[in-house]
Amino acid sequence: MTGIGQLVATELRAERHGERSPASIVFLISLWGAMAFAVLCLLVLLVDSFLDGAPRLDIELFTRYTSQVLPERAGARAAILGSAFVIALTAILAIPLGIAAGVYLEEFADARRWYNKLIEVNISNLAAVPAIIYGMLTAGFALAIGMERRVVLAGGIALALLILPVVIIATREAIRSVPQEIRHGSLALGATPLQTVWRQTLPGAIPGIATGSILALSRALGEAAPLLLLGGLVFVNYDPDGLMSGFTTLPIQIFNWASQPQQAFQEVASAAIILMLVLLLIMNALAIVIRNRYQNRW
Amino acid sequence: MATYVTDGSKPIGSPQAPVNSTIVHPERHERTLPTKPYPIMECADVSVFYGDFRAVSNVDLTFGRHEVTALIGPSGCGKSTLLRSLNRMNDLILGARIEGAVTFHDQSIYDKDVDPIEVRRRIGMVFQKPNPFPKSIYDNIAYGPRVTGMKVDDMDHLVEDALKRAALWEEVKRKLKDSAFGLSGGQQQRLCIARTIAVNPEVILMDEPCSALDPIATSLIEDLMAELRKDYSIIIVTHNMQQAARIADRTAFFTASMDYTSGDRTGTLVEYDTTSNIFGHPQDKRTEDYISGRFG
Repeated sequence: MTGIGQLVATELRAERHGERSPASIVFLISLWGAMAFAVLCLLVLLVDSFLDGAPRLDIELFTRYTSQVLPERAGARAAILGSAFVIALTAILAIPLGIAAGVYLEEFADARRWYNKLIEVNISNLAAVPAIIYGMLTAGFALAIGMERRVVLAGGIALALLILPVVIIATREAIRSVPQEIRHGSLALGATPLQTVWRQTLPGAIPGIATGSILALSRALGEAAPLLLLGGLVFVNYDPDGLMSGFTTLPIQIFNWASQPQQAFQEVASAAIILMLVLLLIMNALAIVIRNRYQNRW
Repeated sequence: MATYVTDGSKPIGSPQAPVNSTIVHPERHERTLPTKPYPIMECADVSVFYGDFRAVSNVDLTFGRHEVTALIGPSGCGKSTLLRSLNRMNDLILGARIEGAVTFHDQSIYDKDVDPIEVRRRIGMVFQKPNPFPKSIYDNIAYGPRVTGMKVDDMDHLVEDALKRAALWEEVKRKLKDSAFGLSGGQQQRLCIARTIAVNPEVILMDEPCSALDPIATSLIEDLMAELRKDYSIIIVTHNMQQAARIADRTAFFTASMDYTSGDRTGTLVEYDTTSNIFGHPQDKRTEDYISGRFG
């Protein structure tokens, strides 16, 4: 090798630049460290909870109510059923409303009007409002109309308000990902705008809407603050049986057990944390599966 | 009566230029055209605006029944904009508005009591990029009849008929239930044409339907247009002058020129004549320059 060939060969091997330079390596290591720190924290939490709670991951966790007298045999039955009731109501309230609002804003609202711009900015802001505010809002509303606030209905409303902006934003993004050509193709055949939404845009957006809604619901499932503010019941030894029934949920129950002095309550709290983590992991995994399955359709 | 024959030996482009077409279908053009088109659609002093911007200015055009009319011209001359205003697809663009009259069978399609949905059913459109729906081949065809509430006795027969007219039947008859996304680009575009035919329009607008396709798929679609002309009136925007020369009965040449009232560049109609005259004896210097490749 001589001349230019040699020069190029030398330059191609230069190690002071490029991805093998010391700066790059330090940068890579710090990125890796940041990632490792996050995973490590989660791992410590998981292992710690598991070590504490493993003995209590038994059938009684699911079948028995909480008990002051027998903390060793306290169960999360009321909390599990309460969470199921509240989340189901949250989904029923928030998802249809959120989808409808998203469809309106994306497909029908005139984006140039000032009030639509205002709504848009406010929805983004609402998504960032602390959860406890929604509890206060619901409590205030219940007080104003004289409704009992420690019931499934109030809990469902508070959590539905909490996730509504998230569902709206997810819906809008999913609708935006449906190519314009599909809408135009439908309209050019003589379909009405409403038919185009029902038969083309919404079906095309469903994977995105489902993913966003499931993630929003998993956030609602882990939320304790708004429910505590509603005066969430912490000692419930009956199953919820309707909208006006008293209830507790897993996060509230965990919060309550963890603040008790007895070691047995700490153990059952850890067991309930494991249960909730598993539930959240399942929901998030489902969202990822839906997203991956329907990716790149266009 | 002007006889319009392009038999492949007639020069395309400047009188000196040799024919540079690899696919020649002389049989298509053996037809006699009336001097004046027998109108199905007319534009009278049509200008199209996007907000304050005047994209097309003062176009007068008559589209002939059972003819293929090509709109040609350089980029930005407003030919696609004009095409979209012929079936009110421009309504979907925020801020778009139109002045002048677009008539279909002497009925203005922009009258207040005219339903744009019905306009679009009677005046179908095929887009630049094939845009099949994420459904089966069968459902792509059946979609239009279903949404427009057509009374269909035998949907299978209608689907078969539309696919046959679009010269796609033989290729897909065994996989009607398969996703339309499995088809090649050219097949998808013919599916889109079949889909348009299925709602039985009178006019089919085509916005550069072959620009995303290879030459063989393009040739198939050009053959198809010659066939479809018997039952429909076709208005096509094309960037490909040879394509216009091969398939169009009449050609309208547009260019972008200075609008003296606003100072913007705006699309104007330069010349409209039979295709043989536009390519053989252009009256306007700008047409001659464009078709001989001197600008655009």
